[in-house]
Amino acid sequence: MKFGPFILRRLLLSIFVLLGLSIVIFIIARVVPGDPARLALGPRAPEEVVEQLRKELHMDKSLPEQYWIWLTNALLHGDLGKSLVSKRPVMEDVKEYLPATLELVFFTAIFIIFFGIFFGTLAARYKDRWVDSLIRIFAYIGVSVPSFVLAVFFILIFAYAWPILPVLGRLSPQFTVPRVTGFMILDSLLAGNLKAAWDAFLHLILPSFALALAPAFQEARITRSSMVDNLSKDYISAARGYGIPERKIMFKFLLKPSLIPTVSVMGMDIAAMIGQAFLVELIFNWPGLSRYGINAMLYKDLNAISGSVLIIGLVFTFMNILVDIIVASLDPRVRLGGIRGQ
Amino acid sequence: MINKNSLKSTVEKPHEAGRWYRFWDRISRYWYSFSRNKLSVMGLAIVVLVIMLAIFAPFVTPYPEHAGPFVDYKNASQPPSVKHWLGTDPIGRDIFSRIIFAFRGALVMAIVVLAITVPVGTILGLLAGYYRGTIIDTIIMRISDIFLSVPSLVLALAIAAVLKPNLMNSMIAVTAMWWPWYTRLVYGMATSIRNEYFVIAAELNGASRFHIIFREILPNCLSPIFTKMALDVGWVILIGASLSFVGLGEQPPTPALGQMVSDGAKYLPQLWWLSVFPALAIVLVILGFNFFGDGIRDMLESSR
Repeated sequence: MKFGPFILRRLLLSIFVLLGLSIVIFIIARVVPGDPARLALGPRAPEEVVEQLRKELHMDKSLPEQYWIWLTNALLHGDLGKSLVSKRPVMEDVKEYLPATLELVFFTAIFIIFFGIFFGTLAARYKDRWVDSLIRIFAYIGVSVPSFVLAVFFILIFAYAWPILPVLGRLSPQFTVPRVTGFMILDSLLAGNLKAAWDAFLHLILPSFALALAPAFQEARITRSSMVDNLSKDYISAARGYGIPERKIMFKFLLKPSLIPTVSVMGMDIAAMIGQAFLVELIFNWPGLSRYGINAMLYKDLNAISGSVLIIGLVFTFMNILVDIIVASLDPRVRLGGIRGQ
Repeated sequence: MINKNSLKSTVEKPHEAGRWYRFWDRISRYWYSFSRNKLSVMGLAIVVLVIMLAIFAPFVTPYPEHAGPFVDYKNASQPPSVKHWLGTDPIGRDIFSRIIFAFRGALVMAIVVLAITVPVGTILGLLAGYYRGTIIDTIIMRISDIFLSVPSLVLALAIAAVLKPNLMNSMIAVTAMWWPWYTRLVYGMATSIRNEYFVIAAELNGASRFHIIFREILPNCLSPIFTKMALDVGWVILIGASLSFVGLGEQPPTPALGQMVSDGAKYLPQLWWLSVFPALAIVLVILGFNFFGDGIRDMLESSR
């Protein structure tokens, strides 16, 4: 198995791409706005104060020099500058808010994988029956309903009409959990507070459903079609000929090769999910990095914008590598340099 | 299932194969493969309806003046009724009229974004694919990788945020994010078509690079490009609605779908019609374009 070189190559490419991304972000946050110092302090700040900030931001130097200072600060000291809104270093804000987003993304991914595979298998098993059609209709609707619209409908239903699930935040106010990892459920469990852990889980359900619905049904469609394709292959007929029970054929022989396209598409789903998380976190008041990022954008908090976008690019790249590794472990053709290995 | 009309016309009167005749024959074949799926026809109907409503908005809406800075406190916050089909907002503007006018911004955005990104992305993809393995390929494809290394919506939000919030700048933001998808799509096709015999034959005949790229390779990439375009309209509208939802799109008093949902969400649940109807309008438009796009895909795939 040539697993090592495959991953190494992937990592090297990502480092290059992330450096490129940092240039793009630098251009967005430092060059496009014209005068970030004036923007930060507002139009009524006296000129000498603005000049002072310009010096602090190294704006008296040339653009490549500015970029170099910004990048080395970020890489060597983890210093992404100060947020104008929270008045704290952006890195500290990121540390505080990132776990909440990761928790949300993690649960959304679990929902997507679970429902995608479950409904996909169901649709393939009952191909062209009503279950299949129903899943297809949901897939169509799922792609057409933006997560933020779904989130608004969820709020309307679960906050007012049928309040069975908590709608806002990560934890009900009666619980206090000491912060260890930042992952609410994990922290509650570490503190031995099972009730709080359950409460934190309930808070996760609505936001992650709002994010998971569209990708889950897309995944179900892809799983279905790849399973249906594989069903007509010789090895399945052979297995049937040996009299192996249908259930065993489905789960033991059919599912694993059929999951390759499902997992490959996950990369794109994650992109959509992280993007939509910016709106969903805002609506559900989820104290994550996306809500932090969107607030930074609305207040033109440039350091916070560049910091949060950079971190999200990092998380996204890492997840894509993870997806590639899973695909490679499912599909020997990829890791041996076949169809997808460049 | 065979379309009787097209079969009869080609088989019985082959000698009449004039220009118009061939044209109509082709149209009817396209229509046949498009209309085999009833959902595509439904999508087409929705798309035509939305476009017509948007174009003729001042004539078809009951209160066209409500799509601007209009105030009528007497009729404020009315629930849906015969007079105001979808109710009115807290300053008395008719929601139905505002939704119809909001279609305009959404459609303009989709048209402008695709009209810029599709040619740009396609040409870059063609160049990178034709000059595969050279520095041109590396530069173009690595730059597109960079743009794809962060979710499109996130970078579009960031670009829109540092610019002044309006429809124009949200279009710029989405355009900047959209071209790499086409570059990647065309690149994949161009690299394989480049090695086909007809391209090599053209090269041996001394055809210019321009001719090979645009007359030999490009026509063979068109069908997937058009398919992706048709399916992308719904996506662009969705991204546009997302931008305007957070206030980075069209600014009030001009209506935009996302902006109406987020403004209305403040008045939930009493004034539910403020956000529910614009939300349903977003879903309807995107659903329509997705069905339509699927139909176009079926049509172009079956004609190949």
